[in-house]
Amino acid sequence: MMGDVTLLEFLSLGRPVEGHRPWPRFLLDQKGWRLLIDRLRVAEWSVMAEWAERSDIHVALRDDSTGDIAVASHHCPDRRFLALGNVRPGVIRIERAIHDVWGLAPVGLEDKRHWLDHGRWPSRMPLAAQPMGPSAEPDAYPFLKAVGEGLHQIPVGPVHAGVIEPGHFRFHCQGEAVVRLEQRLGYQHKGIEGLLSGASLDKAARIAGRVSGDSTVAYSLAFARAVEAATGCEVPPRAHWLRGVMAEMERVANHVFDIGAVCNDAAFAVMLSHMGVLREKIVRANDALFGHRLNMDRVVPGGVSHDLSDEGAEALKHLLHGFVRQFEEAYLLYENTPSLSDRTVSTGIVQTSLIHRFAAGGFVGRASGRGHDARQSPGYPPYDKLDMTVPVLTEGDVNARVLIRFAEARESLHLINRMLHEMPEGAFRVPVPEVAGEGLGLAESFRGEVVVWLRIGADGMIERCHPHDPSWFQWPLLEAAIEGNIVADFPLCNKSFNCSYSGHDL
Amino acid sequence: MIPPIAKILARHLLRGPHTMKDAPRPDPNGVAELAEALGRRARARLGRSLSIREVDAGSCNGCELEIHAVNHPIYDLERFGIRFVASPRHADVLLVTGPVTRNMEEALRRTVEATPEPRWIVAMGDCARDGGCFAGSYAVVGGVSDVVPVDLHIPGCPPSPRQILAGLLALLDAADKG
Repeated sequence: MMGDVTLLEFLSLGRPVEGHRPWPRFLLDQKGWRLLIDRLRVAEWSVMAEWAERSDIHVALRDDSTGDIAVASHHCPDRRFLALGNVRPGVIRIERAIHDVWGLAPVGLEDKRHWLDHGRWPSRMPLAAQPMGPSAEPDAYPFLKAVGEGLHQIPVGPVHAGVIEPGHFRFHCQGEAVVRLEQRLGYQHKGIEGLLSGASLDKAARIAGRVSGDSTVAYSLAFARAVEAATGCEVPPRAHWLRGVMAEMERVANHVFDIGAVCNDAAFAVMLSHMGVLREKIVRANDALFGHRLNMDRVVPGGVSHDLSDEGAEALKHLLHGFVRQFEEAYLLYENTPSLSDRTVSTGIVQTSLIHRFAAGGFVGRASGRGHDARQSPGYPPYDKLDMTVPVLTEGDVNARVLIRFAEARESLHLINRMLHEMPEGAFRVPVPEVAGEGLGLAESFRGEVVVWLRIGADGMIERCHPHDPSWFQWPLLEAAIEGNIVADFPLCNKSFNCSYSGHDL
Repeated sequence: MIPPIAKILARHLLRGPHTMKDAPRPDPNGVAELAEALGRRARARLGRSLSIREVDAGSCNGCELEIHAVNHPIYDLERFGIRFVASPRHADVLLVTGPVTRNMEEALRRTVEATPEPRWIVAMGDCARDGGCFAGSYAVVGGVSDVVPVDLHIPGCPPSPRQILAGLLALLDAADKG
């Protein structure tokens, strides 16, 4: 039976690449790449990320039954590769973006429209071996049509009404009901992959921490783990625990604020105020303990930049005690406000089947029955020493995404407390050896799994680095979630997803 | 059962709000910078009320988090008569974050054009000054002042709510004196 072949068994038909850690990388030839696509039609393997180089295409895969992770690469000197998008719809936008930036053409992909390239860069395919000249004028994006009597369009963005990032939404509506939503993103594209190539480790770490500012700890962590894997750097145990504390503080801060913002979009402003105060407590604690409100640049390759004093740990324990009480108060408020539930329950449902097809993670996945969490699978320290539960619901509506956030924040508060009690003593940072290598690093951000792949050259500089945001697999599902809902519920649905524009646009 | 909202409301009525008592002083650097800018421009009085329209021209969204923070009860920007509005047409101030990406350049220009005079443009964050760590990319134009004239810059990565408040209060001071 086809399903019996595991990912590693299958990829052994390719040539293993030396120096790729901690998971193997295999080079597939034309035939092997085609076989991989055939196999993906049936196999329970998730695509974790896909990225390109000038004449190579790489895909990170996870075997959902065994938990194995591997990278498959395909050398394509003719700058064309068979698209994975036909079997894994989540990567369609990634492959369109690869074509825009790297000039590798995804063969067989039906959607040939530009994605990140709006026709405004000084050259087309800027990172290709031979970039093309600039576009004469900015592209007009051909939105998909919806035809029918009484249909009208609502264009929104890129500059929105609230304090949020830029992106364009095109609604086709029948009266109040949304018939089709189409997103157009890429406004935040800063050319991060280009900036990372040739950067020193310090500079690259700084940029990696600014791919998506709200997940700065998770990005820094994934980047650091990739560097440490590539160079064989052994991080002291205490650093893992300090990283854990920072990562969970970030998760709590983002989750509580998201809950407040979702409720605010349902015109329940009290929750936003309450949660804003709670979030401020966390970020002020970050500032007092580690010297930055968002803990930017605090997780570094080789460890962390700041240690936690015993008094600091005690103060944090004390703070959390009061925090938990106010947090539970907010939960009671959420659960006992029928006018709020009226807005959130059964709004913006995403089907479980779609979640699995797109391999969406984070609260979007977990609210629709996909319980993947990088802290558990493959798992990384300190979580391997702590038992943690990952909440999963199956309703898939706005309410479920809010409840998952409540449950995850509660779990994180519990984890921080345990980490503070069980944290080992010792060093918190070691120097990173200057050796060449390739590494893959994972970290669970509040939004889902952040993947960073990189190659370090013999001179200790970054040759190529790709940061992958969980939003890539969540943005397209928002288009599905809003279908049939009323326009007025869009802010609610959008906020319940809270995808990153910056992380996606790179 | 007493509804949870009643408890929260009652507590705030009895104990007062969370709002921080000591408002930061206007940033002296900001005042100097602004006085100069105002000298060149039409001196219109806005009184103690400013409407701000935030424009993200390519930020990492870190600055946006801190802008949200100044709207929380703790910093409560609105008590100074400063509020965020939904349209540039209602705004006196454009608060621009991020390095300006090439894909946002035109949108930023058009937002500025849609803002009635007199208007101030405040660049917020280190990226907004000169592109920060994103400077030099093919997809980035540079700082905000490379695209539109800037009156005040609030430094920081991201600026803390105190820095944002100090910067905006400096703007208010200058507008009052203008």
